[in-house]
Amino acid sequence: MTVMTLGKALNEGLRAAMETDSRVLLMGEDIGVLGGVFRVTDGLAEDFGEARVIDTPLGESGIIGTAIGLAMRGYRPVCEIQFDGFVYPAFNQIVTQLAKLHYRTAGRVRLPVVIRIPFGGGIGAVEHHSESPEAYFAHTPGLRVVSCAQPADAYVMIQQAIASDDPVIFFEPKRRYWEKADVNTEVDLSNADVLGLHRARLLRTGRDATLVAYGPMVKTCLAAAETAAVDDRRELEVLDLRSLSPIDFAPLFVSVRKTGRMVVVHEAPGSAGLGAELAARVTQECFYELESPVIAVTGFDAPYPPARLEEHYLPDVERVLDGVDRVMNY
Amino acid sequence: MSRSAWTFLSWEKTTDRSSAVRQNFDLPLAADRSGSGRQRARVSRSSAMLGAMAEHESFVQLLNPAGQRREHPDYSVDFTSAEYRGLYEDLVTVRRLDAEATALQRQGELGLWASLLGQEAAQIGSGRALRRQDVVFPSYREHAVAWCKGLDPMSAIRLFRGVDHGAWDRQTTNFHGYSIVIGAQTLHATGYAMGITKDGPVGKDDAAAVIAYFGDGATSQGDTNEALIWSSVFAAPVVFFCQNNQYAISAPTRRQSRIPLYNRAAGFGLPGVQVDGNDVLACYAVTQAALQRARVGEGPTFVEAVTYRMAAHTTSDDTSRYRNASEEEYWRQRDPIIRYRAFLERERLADAQFFDSVAAQADAHAAQLRHLTLTMPDPLPETMLDHVYAEPHAELDRQKARYRAYLDGFDDSVLEPDAASARVPGWRKS
Repeated sequence: MTVMTLGKALNEGLRAAMETDSRVLLMGEDIGVLGGVFRVTDGLAEDFGEARVIDTPLGESGIIGTAIGLAMRGYRPVCEIQFDGFVYPAFNQIVTQLAKLHYRTAGRVRLPVVIRIPFGGGIGAVEHHSESPEAYFAHTPGLRVVSCAQPADAYVMIQQAIASDDPVIFFEPKRRYWEKADVNTEVDLSNADVLGLHRARLLRTGRDATLVAYGPMVKTCLAAAETAAVDDRRELEVLDLRSLSPIDFAPLFVSVRKTGRMVVVHEAPGSAGLGAELAARVTQECFYELESPVIAVTGFDAPYPPARLEEHYLPDVERVLDGVDRVMNY
Repeated sequence: MSRSAWTFLSWEKTTDRSSAVRQNFDLPLAADRSGSGRQRARVSRSSAMLGAMAEHESFVQLLNPAGQRREHPDYSVDFTSAEYRGLYEDLVTVRRLDAEATALQRQGELGLWASLLGQEAAQIGSGRALRRQDVVFPSYREHAVAWCKGLDPMSAIRLFRGVDHGAWDRQTTNFHGYSIVIGAQTLHATGYAMGITKDGPVGKDDAAAVIAYFGDGATSQGDTNEALIWSSVFAAPVVFFCQNNQYAISAPTRRQSRIPLYNRAAGFGLPGVQVDGNDVLACYAVTQAALQRARVGEGPTFVEAVTYRMAAHTTSDDTSRYRNASEEEYWRQRDPIIRYRAFLERERLADAQFFDSVAAQADAHAAQLRHLTLTMPDPLPETMLDHVYAEPHAELDRQKARYRAYLDGFDDSVLEPDAASARVPGWRKS
């Protein structure tokens, strides 16, 4: 076990994947000599060379489009999109090509492409640097969408994503890059004990209500659960969804059947977001066990605000607990 | 030169049609409506375009519209008589198949067809310059390039009939899927070419090269511009083959560019060559040279083949709304097949018997195409959920099982087959 930040865990995961498979390539803007704006690829160009850690021209569609071509040639490209708000120039290539080529070719073309996207707010950034666009991708058949919340998962999940024969959109909680925790870099990924890429992880057990989150909101929910236990003597269960497409519903249903109450938390706007899908499916499957309607604590249906307002936009412990109050007092 | 697919067809299945060329020449042209007032109002604008076209005479040409051989300081071809005749066979066959597909669409057998009429020389010339190992990333109109790469002609038919999305075998044909999103494939071609460089064979004469096909409209797409940048910066072994057929649906090329398209290449740091796209020999020579540059590691080339989409954009399009008969006549004088036949006759490379047999063989190919289209089964309903992912996906398995159960809920003994079909679109007994 080594204590490391989430960013470093991703770095080590990328390194391990590159050592395991010589066909793994990294592509992106400023990922080489600079090591990426968040330093996630720090040192990799030096160790693996610029043929495998490719500083690309500045064009997101070009990055994804050429990654598709490289994947057709047998490579496994891992693309970095510098910030969430810059993925849109590549949206066409992701949705019309990357997501659909396996289907279009009746399985003849496999595209093992990973797209890493630092996402979410909370870092005081200017516009386009704090967005949560995950629903666009989760809504697109053919893509797999995941998000890590903790260093140990970051290390394993990035390797699992690279090993996947399907395209994976890999959302990294940018404001948690500097969170530290134990990471087991000796872990054997083929071990059956290692949680699969598309499995949710139960982080805290409780009997009163279920908190569901992913990415940056997992830490917020854990803090809220701690506060609820101390201040309100409420035992909240916290589920880290980890995979947004496909969603691992089974542990969610088990949890909600036990607690009868659910609060889903994400930074993205609420309308037509992941929370809406979770609420719908839980209502469908756990209708008789629910003690209250599902409550979503999310960002607002407004563009991400200027940084001086973001603390109002982002769900925090208090807003999560307010959601808990609403399901408890229904 | 290798002959293409469908050699099983007999040459003896002759019909009394005079020639495939003339027959198909007439087919897709809509009634001449140049007499209408609406058409007359547009003449001046169109004439301006023809004037701009004349300035393009800087292009590489080895065969003038009268079929006379011209010399060029940089480009030449060296074919045997049989190879010269083979090109003619290709040109006529792909035009005949194209006409058959258009007819099948008109008869309701295809949902849509994107005709290549008028672009045969650009596609056969460039397509026959490709070696077996060269990899094609086409747009959606490259039926003749597909023919050169040995793709079963039914592949495109299946796509336009709506049986699949173009699921042919890329591995053995080196012919990738039709890209309906304009310009998207240029980036795939570039990335694939970068992969060839990484794999190592570039620089040797037997290396593979990549060719991306697209049209004049695609040059306005960001993806095409990014592909030119990427290929240039990484010296990718790729040829950008732009068929400037004068229209992006209704928008003329001058709406895409104020300068000849091939002149754009210089700004990206790669050579640009303009070729007479209705001259099969010039298209062959220019493409072959560009492929060779790629092979030996000199990087990408941009080729602009100046041609004309003699038919509509697709069978859903109506050319009478944006161009007139005089313009079409101008290009009819430059028909790539008439020109090439005149050359063969002038040089005594082929006789009447040859031309008749080619026409007959093309007719036989067309009959085969028709037969296979009319007998093509629809796919089973739940196959629409196959191949969304390469790896297992529980949610799709659930949806598939549920839909299968739903279909099975229809009681065949109660419902007449017709009633069941009407109730569930695409339903059939399996």
